[in-house]
Amino acid sequence: MSSNCSCSCGEAPKFVFSCSGAADVGEIADRAARVVSREGAIKMFCLAGIGGRVSGIVKSTEAAALVVAVDGCPLNCARKTLEQAGITDVKHVQLHELGLKKGESPATEERIEQTAQAIRSLLG
Amino acid sequence: MKIQVFGPGCAKCTQTEKVVREALAESGVQADVVKITDFQEIASFGVFSTPAVAVDGEVKLVGAVPTKNDVLGWLK
Repeated sequence: MSSNCSCSCGEAPKFVFSCSGAADVGEIADRAARVVSREGAIKMFCLAGIGGRVSGIVKSTEAAALVVAVDGCPLNCARKTLEQAGITDVKHVQLHELGLKKGESPATEERIEQTAQAIRSLLG
Repeated sequence: MKIQVFGPGCAKCTQTEKVVREALAESGVQADVVKITDFQEIASFGVFSTPAVAVDGEVKLVGAVPTKNDVLGWLK
């Protein structure tokens, strides 16, 4: 690579995928992923693109240095969606395990920050 | 057939285009090779690391230089 290269060659990205489900915990997962994405250390990427097998999104994810799935509930839809696309090396944040139960956890700033911190802890 | 090579133009991107053209010449397949250097256009394919290669719009590889055999396989 040339010394003055300013492109993204050799810079494998880090991606976070949120289940973004309909329940309160899905909202928390989504908003926490957006919080850490805006901070810049990891980029939120489109889980629907994985489910839809959009080739650029799947191949970009395969090439990622780190993949984090954030699931609101024990159904683990985000992680399963990634696995079914062949992406199995996934770090996982599960809100139920953080004590946030589906249907009983309105999306407060405190819970979003708690989840964001769990994502940050995986960044190394 | 259209082969899109994604990358702003560094050494790996240039090498990727070279490998693609060599594979095309070896295979005898007729295809247009298009270089895409604009990051917004690259991102519109869902590609977030370069170099990358797409064949007829389907992304085949991201973040690495393909081998000639890779490309030959995509041309079949």
